[in-house]
Amino acid sequence: MSKPNMLEIHNLSAGADGKEILKGLNLTVGAGEIHAIMGPNGSGKSTLAQVLAGRGDYSVTSGSVTFNGAPLLEMKPEERARAGIFLAFQYPVEIPGVNSTVFLKAAVNECRKARGEEELDAVEFLDMVKKKTKLLELPQALLSRAVNADFSGGEKKRNEIFQMAVLEPRLAILDETDSGLDIDALKIVSSGVNKLRDPSRSMLVITHYQRLLNYIVPDFVHVLAHGQIVKSGGKELALELEARGYDWLPGVAGNGKP
Amino acid sequence: MTETLSKTDQPPAAASFFAGGIACGPPWLQSLRRQAQAHMEQNGFPTTDHEEWRFTNVASLRQLPLHAAESAARAIGLEEIKPFLLAPDGYCLVFVDGRFREDLSNLPGDGAALRAGNFQSQWENGARELEEHLGRHARTDATFFAALNTASFHDGAYVIVPARTEIEQPVQLLYLAASERPGAAVQARNLIVAAQGASVKVIESYASLTDASHLTNAVTELALAEDARVEHCRLQNENARAFHIATVQATQGRHSHWLSHSIATGARLARNRIQTVFTGEGGEAILNGLYLARGEQLIDHHTVVDHAKPRCESHEFYFGILAGRARGVFNGKIFVRQDAQKTNAKQTNRNLVLSEHAMVNTKPQLEIYADDVKCTHGATVGQLNEEALFYLRSRGIGAELARCMLIRAFTNDAVKRVTLEAARAHLEQLLTERFEELRLSSHE
Repeated sequence: MSKPNMLEIHNLSAGADGKEILKGLNLTVGAGEIHAIMGPNGSGKSTLAQVLAGRGDYSVTSGSVTFNGAPLLEMKPEERARAGIFLAFQYPVEIPGVNSTVFLKAAVNECRKARGEEELDAVEFLDMVKKKTKLLELPQALLSRAVNADFSGGEKKRNEIFQMAVLEPRLAILDETDSGLDIDALKIVSSGVNKLRDPSRSMLVITHYQRLLNYIVPDFVHVLAHGQIVKSGGKELALELEARGYDWLPGVAGNGKP
Repeated sequence: MTETLSKTDQPPAAASFFAGGIACGPPWLQSLRRQAQAHMEQNGFPTTDHEEWRFTNVASLRQLPLHAAESAARAIGLEEIKPFLLAPDGYCLVFVDGRFREDLSNLPGDGAALRAGNFQSQWENGARELEEHLGRHARTDATFFAALNTASFHDGAYVIVPARTEIEQPVQLLYLAASERPGAAVQARNLIVAAQGASVKVIESYASLTDASHLTNAVTELALAEDARVEHCRLQNENARAFHIATVQATQGRHSHWLSHSIATGARLARNRIQTVFTGEGGEAILNGLYLARGEQLIDHHTVVDHAKPRCESHEFYFGILAGRARGVFNGKIFVRQDAQKTNAKQTNRNLVLSEHAMVNTKPQLEIYADDVKCTHGATVGQLNEEALFYLRSRGIGAELARCMLIRAFTNDAVKRVTLEAARAHLEQLLTERFEELRLSSHE
C-alpha cells in the first residue's frame, strides 16, 4: 500500500471531433505490473493509448491522470516521453528523409538531458544500440534507413519495441502490437517485450486478441467497452474471453448497457 | 495594383540608363547590344499583365535608386571573401560589384587544359572564341532582363573546356555585392562552353557584403557539345533588400548531360529563368532546385525544357520551403516538338508551407506535339506531417527540433543530387544555419 501507483486514471472522459469515446474510465497501474486492455472494436482502446501519449487530436473533457504522482494531462507529448511514457504505435509512422539513427540518438539524448544525465556521444550511442538490436533480432541495416520508411509490417512493429528497449521507459503502452504479425514475428516481438520486464517498469498491453497474452502474460486483464472498463480480472479472464467472446459481459452488447 | 506602361513609355528610365551606358567590347558585341536594345523595347519592362510575370511583380525594383555599380569605395581583401570561396583547391573568378578582381581569383595557368578568365581581357584580341558563343544561344535575349544584360554588361566570366578534357577541380564564379550605396546594379554575364566529350563542374554564387539594396541581373549561357557533361550549381544568397534576376540558358548537343542546380535562399525578390534546349538526340538534363524563402521574400523559378530532338530525357525536381509571409512561384514549361519521339520528361515541384501567410503559385505547362513520348508532372503544396511530428515528439524530441528534422528531411533529396562536394558541403552548412534560425524564431 505504501508503494505509489505508477499510473492513476480517474473518471477520464475524452473524445475527438465532438464525439465522446472514453466515458469516465478508471484504471490504476502499479509499478512493475502488466495490464492487458481488451475489448471489441471501437471500444476506445486506441483512444486511451493516444490520450496517454498526448496526441493533440483528442480532447479530454473530464477526469484526471497522474503518472508517478505528476499530472500527466498537463504535459506535452515530449515531456511525457522524457518522464518515461512510451507508446508503441499500432501504425508506426513512416518518416522519409529522417535517418533512423539520427532520430534515435536525438530521442535518447533529449530524454537524458531532461533527466539531468550526460548526453551519449556517437560511440557510446552506437554501442548501446548494437546491444539492443540483438534483443529484437533486428537487422542493423534498418538503422541506416529512414524511420520506418519501406519497412515491412513486421519490421515496423519490431522497430517499435526496439525503440522501447533503447529508451527504457517506466510505462510502456503497446497499442495492438500483435496486429499484422505472423506467428514467428509475434514470438520475436513478445520475447523482446518479456526481456524488458522489470520490477520498476509497467506495461499497458492493448490487444484485440488473446493470442498475444500467451506470450506476454499479464498480471491483470481489463475489458473496455463503450469507453469504460466493464470487467477486470486476472490472466484467466483473457482465456474466458477467447472462449466466450465479449457479448456475455454486462455493458458490452449495444442494447445491454447496465 | 499593377503598373502598366504604354509602348511610348518604354524602356523605363532605369533601364534606358543601363542600355545606353556601356559601349565596351568588339564590334560584333556592339551589334549584339543593339539587337538586345531592340528586344528590350519590344518586350517592355515586365508587369503583372504579362503572363510570364503574373505572380511576380517587379514594379518595386524601379523604386530603387538604381545606378550602374561603381568600383568598391573600400578595399575588399582575400580575408573578407574567404567565407564565400567554396573550393579552396579549385579555380575561381571573383567579381566585386561587377568588377573582375584578378588579385582575388585563381585562374588556370598557361599550360592548363581549362581556359577561363574575364571577358575584358579578351576584347583587345577580338575575342573570337567568345564571339562564337556569346549571345548566340537560343532565346537568350527573349526576355527584357536578359536583353538588358546583353545590352549593358560590362564584364563577365568565360569557362571553356577543350574537347575530351575532364576538369576535375571545380570552377567557381563568385559575384559579391559590396556597395554601401543603395541601388547598385550589376549585369553579371557568364559563358560556359564544354566542347565534345568535355566535362566540368561550375559553381556560380551570388552574395552581398552589405545590407544595402542592389540589383543583380545575371545571364549564364552554357554550350554543351556532343557527349559533354556539365554540372552547374547556382547558389544565390543575397541580402534581404536585393533583387536578383537570372537567366540560365543551356544548349545541349547529342548525348550531352547537364546537371543543373538552383539553390535560392536570398534576395527580397529572385526570379530565375532556367532553360535548356536539346539540339541533338539522346541528351539528358537534370534540373534540381531548392528554394527557401522567409519574411517578405519572393522566389520565382521559371524553367523551360525544350525537347527539340528525339530520345532525350529531362528530370526536374524543384523543392521549396516557404515561411513567414514569403511567396514561392514555380512555372515549369516542357515543349516536346513534333519529331521529338521517345522523349522522356518528368517534372516534380513540391512545396512545404510553414506559415499560414506564406504561399506558392505552381504551374506545369506541357506542350506536346509528338505522340510517342512519356511526360509526367506533379506539384504538391503541403504542411508538415502532423502524424510524423507527433511520432517524433512521442519519443521525447521537442516540438521545435522535431519540426526542424522534418523540414531538413524535405530538403534531403535536393541536397543529395548535388554531386559537387564543395557546393553540397556549403549547402548543408547553410541549411543548418537556416533551420537553427527557424528554430529560434519559432520561440517568439
